[in-house]
Amino acid sequence: MLLGLATAALVLGALVWELSRPRLTAGVARARTRAREHGLFSVRDLRGTRGSALELDYDPGRERRAEQRARELLRSCVNEREWAMYRDLGFLRVYGRAGERYAYLIYPHKPIVSYVPCTGALLSEYCVAFPDHSRPYGSARLPASDDVLAKWMALRADERRLIADANMHLPGRQVDPERVRRDLQRLARWERERITCAA
Amino acid sequence: MKPGHGEIVLAEGDVEVAEEERALIEAFRRELDAGMWAAVPTQTTDGRREAELVKSFAEVPRDAERVIFFPRAAGGSR
Repeated sequence: MLLGLATAALVLGALVWELSRPRLTAGVARARTRAREHGLFSVRDLRGTRGSALELDYDPGRERRAEQRARELLRSCVNEREWAMYRDLGFLRVYGRAGERYAYLIYPHKPIVSYVPCTGALLSEYCVAFPDHSRPYGSARLPASDDVLAKWMALRADERRLIADANMHLPGRQVDPERVRRDLQRLARWERERITCAA
Repeated sequence: MKPGHGEIVLAEGDVEVAEEERALIEAFRRELDAGMWAAVPTQTTDGRREAELVKSFAEVPRDAERVIFFPRAAGGSR
């Protein structure tokens, strides 16, 4: 009787393991992929030491240090006013090559938004990315401030080329127009305060 | 600029020293061959900050302090 119950329990355990194994394996693989895409782990192939096992080195500070370096680089490239704008408001405003008739708002990891400064009318969204396909650290995305600097450099150096490479959409496709209008109001207020402070 | 890392110094040297210039040219070519864009931050006489995209080492101003390489722009989400 006892032997029969023990055998039945063993068979049941083996069946449950066989049924749940694919889901467990897929879950672990998904978690690893997610971690890699968010740059939380570096993946080191240990082939030759322990077969093809992968060792995951967790470094929670890497993204933060990368962003810190990126902010310093951005600060060294743009002028003091633009740096203060990015530091205080979280975006950059760049006038077009044709003068102050139109301008762009550069957000990190969001489309560039063009608008008319004198009316505040939104013109277009330009979706552009700078993917590094070598994916050296598990993610193709640059740190946020590097993304802003890349857009700034590309716009300053060759506006037409960047706009030609981008996917153009009407305003509101990815960036909420209300948010942009609020940002333009914040920008106007920020500029007034700076003028007041300077006076 | 590198994802997950930010700024990395690839090469440093003086363009007036032949050996160092050669090393700089090699590093420059390597990055361009890898599909990166090269930009030189500049400053106009009235203090405006600008950037210049360069396609060859010869286009880099001799007095440039640095060249920044970043991934080539591509259209984002459709």
